[in-house]
Amino acid sequence: MDFLPHTTEDIEEMLSVLGKSGLEELFEPVPEKLRLRRDLAVPEALDEVSLRAYVVELAGRSQGTERLVCFAGGGAYDHHVPAAVSALASRAEFATSYTPYQAELSQGVLQALFEFQTLVCELFAMEIANTSLYDGANALVEAVNLAVRATGRERVVVGSTVHPHYRDVLSTYTSGLGLDIESVAFDPTRGVVDWGAVDAAGAAALVVASPNFFGVLEDVSEAAAKTHPRGGLVIAVTDPTSMGVLAAPGDKGADVAVAEGHALGNALAYGGPYVGLFATSERLLRQVPGRISGETTDRDGRRAFVLTLQAREQHIRRARATSNVCTNQTLMALAAAVHLCWLGPSGLARLGEICVRRTAYAAQRLAEIPGCRVKFPGPRFKELVLQLPSAADEIARGLARRGYLVGPALGRWYDCLLVAVTERRTRADIEGLAGAIEKELAQEPVAGSAGAQEPVAGSAGAQ
Amino acid sequence: MVFELSRPGRRAWSLPEADVDGPSLEELLPEAHRRAQPPNLPELSELDLVRHYTRLSQRNWAIDVGAYPLGSCTMKYNPKLSEEAASLPGMRDLHPFEDDDLVQGALELLGTLELALCEATGMARMTFQPAAGAQGELTGLLIMRAYHDAAGDPRRRVIIPDSAHGTNPASVTLAGFEAHETPSDDRGLVDLGALREALADDVAGLMLTNPNTLGLFERDIAEIATSVHDAGGLLYYDGANFNSIVGLVRPGDMGFDIVHLNLHKTFATPHGGGGPGSGPLGVVERLEPFLPSPVLEWDEGAECWSWDHDRPQSIGRIHSFHGNFGINLRAYCYLRSLGPAGLRQVAERAVLNANYLRALIEGAFPTAYPGPCMHEFVSSAAHLKRLGVRATDVCKRLIDFGFHPPTIYFPLVVEEALMVEPTETESKETLDSLAAALNQIADEAESDPELLRSAPITTPVRRPDEARAARQLRVRWTPADPDGGS
Repeated sequence: MDFLPHTTEDIEEMLSVLGKSGLEELFEPVPEKLRLRRDLAVPEALDEVSLRAYVVELAGRSQGTERLVCFAGGGAYDHHVPAAVSALASRAEFATSYTPYQAELSQGVLQALFEFQTLVCELFAMEIANTSLYDGANALVEAVNLAVRATGRERVVVGSTVHPHYRDVLSTYTSGLGLDIESVAFDPTRGVVDWGAVDAAGAAALVVASPNFFGVLEDVSEAAAKTHPRGGLVIAVTDPTSMGVLAAPGDKGADVAVAEGHALGNALAYGGPYVGLFATSERLLRQVPGRISGETTDRDGRRAFVLTLQAREQHIRRARATSNVCTNQTLMALAAAVHLCWLGPSGLARLGEICVRRTAYAAQRLAEIPGCRVKFPGPRFKELVLQLPSAADEIARGLARRGYLVGPALGRWYDCLLVAVTERRTRADIEGLAGAIEKELAQEPVAGSAGAQEPVAGSAGAQ
Repeated sequence: MVFELSRPGRRAWSLPEADVDGPSLEELLPEAHRRAQPPNLPELSELDLVRHYTRLSQRNWAIDVGAYPLGSCTMKYNPKLSEEAASLPGMRDLHPFEDDDLVQGALELLGTLELALCEATGMARMTFQPAAGAQGELTGLLIMRAYHDAAGDPRRRVIIPDSAHGTNPASVTLAGFEAHETPSDDRGLVDLGALREALADDVAGLMLTNPNTLGLFERDIAEIATSVHDAGGLLYYDGANFNSIVGLVRPGDMGFDIVHLNLHKTFATPHGGGGPGSGPLGVVERLEPFLPSPVLEWDEGAECWSWDHDRPQSIGRIHSFHGNFGINLRAYCYLRSLGPAGLRQVAERAVLNANYLRALIEGAFPTAYPGPCMHEFVSSAAHLKRLGVRATDVCKRLIDFGFHPPTIYFPLVVEEALMVEPTETESKETLDSLAAALNQIADEAESDPELLRSAPITTPVRRPDEARAARQLRVRWTPADPDGGS
């Protein structure tokens, strides 16, 4: 199966137009000694029937959230993707289109992105947004780079409650730039950074996560009060699914709001493609990384959309661009926009309420298990830290055999697990998880040999 | 506009009740953390929502709609089976923190894809973390930096030809290097003399795409590689144009040390209106220790795949999780469809299509540099300027003939550039009608230039005012929108 349309006659005719006797002659500019005179050692071609069977078999050797009841979190969550969202975002007119540089042929994507920008602004109570970045970590990196440019400072203070992978990516990205990235410890009883006690002098930005990596809410306004008088910015890392119930970063004084947006309309997909959300205030517009869709009028006075302020970007500004980003996550942004429109204000509020209340219920229920403790008093959104009487990673593996995904484990030395509760997790699922933990701690044998068959996800039939 | 369709009280959502005992939301969330005003999202029925986005989709060009001869972007057909594969349980529903034991199918896919792409590029190892080409570039440049630093020989400059993609110099800056531009010579190739002059002991490496952005194969690549290596530098291969050589020439055999691929180009994953992409990065053996962590390993004894996090010399993590897995799996399906012979045919037919189209329009739009091209070519519309016609007018007119226009005004080294890449999945008939359209447009430029300047006439909007968009910035919808209407 090669997707090539050429018939033998086509090739002959085309070569004759070119005055060539064979395809080989087209490669005359390639020096002979560089040519590969053998087949690539890659697997032989498969027809569609065989390839499909093979891929299905391969998929069968992984167990996802259709088979395991997923309480796993840590920046990726098992949320419901509405059927309408999947149907619309997978339309080939969107999926197989190119970057909308030719505005006349791209009004659909450009308008969808303009609407996406507006939705992200509304979500975070910010003034402007871009058309997406790669993922949550990348959005944070770009926010830090923006703060460094906007303030002319190189010191950045990052809460140690920010997702550890985001902090790793930040450290990788900025390793060549000589920035002074400083990590600030969290209060071990509350699981939050005490932003009132942080030294903000000379800082380009304070980076606050709320909900943080432990699921606990932090005080963005305290960080703002600390750094704004000293000329620094506040970068808030947040969760878009919480914005129906939690105060928006923009209302708490954040100058930049960033988030992982996959939970809006995009599959877990083993960690990607996801979508980085990025919003800030209007005064920082010219420092913003990535593409921006703008409204204008066409020759006949009709409303039209174009990619605007391109002078910030790499294809114009080259070495002095605000970022090197080119390809972004447009299709994921589009799915996020459709999901937000599907939810509307009341749906987003309901989603938030389910997460907060079921997580609270899970916290209460799991704390009843002998030897277990829920760390940090909260308030929390959809995730909690469960302290266990023995090695957390071992228990997580045992729970998977019993049909439950949890984690990640927060390192052996903590004996702690992250447990996340989305709208897909019913009360019965929570009871089931508690029962499985009890059995695991009691080292009861797993029913059946393969495991994973025991419970049924969403067994209360709520989905 | 979706906001203008909103009516208070309408809804599309369908979600369960919280359905648990215990405290209310108000009791659980202190007022300081609660949202006072819900976000102003639109309120629509599901049918309104479906019609809105379906209508938007109908106002958009796509490969499934028609040809996309865009230089430098390789807009080829995206096979449907890949989409089906990506939607399978066991692919789409894997959590990135799952234990390796639970995701052996996915890891085998990545492991097998890595082997195949290493073979195709002549690299030793590859990381799938970079989400797109530019992120691959940054990863490669950070590896370049780590390599020189580890050798106790930190370096400052990276050389880039003046025909390079804008991401190259932007990534160089982001990696903390200084971009040093070298000129193209009168063949449109790297000026070897100028390059040798620029090489010094502060040069970390050279970034190059081969064939270059003019669609020309850098035939001196072996000499270039030797010169850069002799100066202690590394060679970085920008895989944007890999489609023209896949299965025929390997970057590793040309002397490159670091390679990124754009799977959304050569390996047929959908561009998604500007993303997602995937930009896996391969390196030669001596650079392997610096790859982003973790690295995928096959355990012969245990017969399983696992992530190795113990990478003391790694540059660190570059993505939140494992990169764009959903895109990598589509690329894998494509690769398995083609096999070794298919991959070679991709390059051969891509080059055949480009040369054929070039020959058909050479009279109307001469190529900037003579001689055969690879998968793309750069023509010039400079001779039409005397008629008051610009490259952009040619493009807009081409839209009326039912084609997406080529890339224009890039590379910067060609005046009034039209950069054309038909790709191998377009048929001879499509190329014939595209050539006929371009030739007719060249005639029209002489006989009726106004026709070009007033094009397009068939699109829902015509020549949106970009200057106005930048001057009177409107980058979000506001309720007070004076233009109103839907």
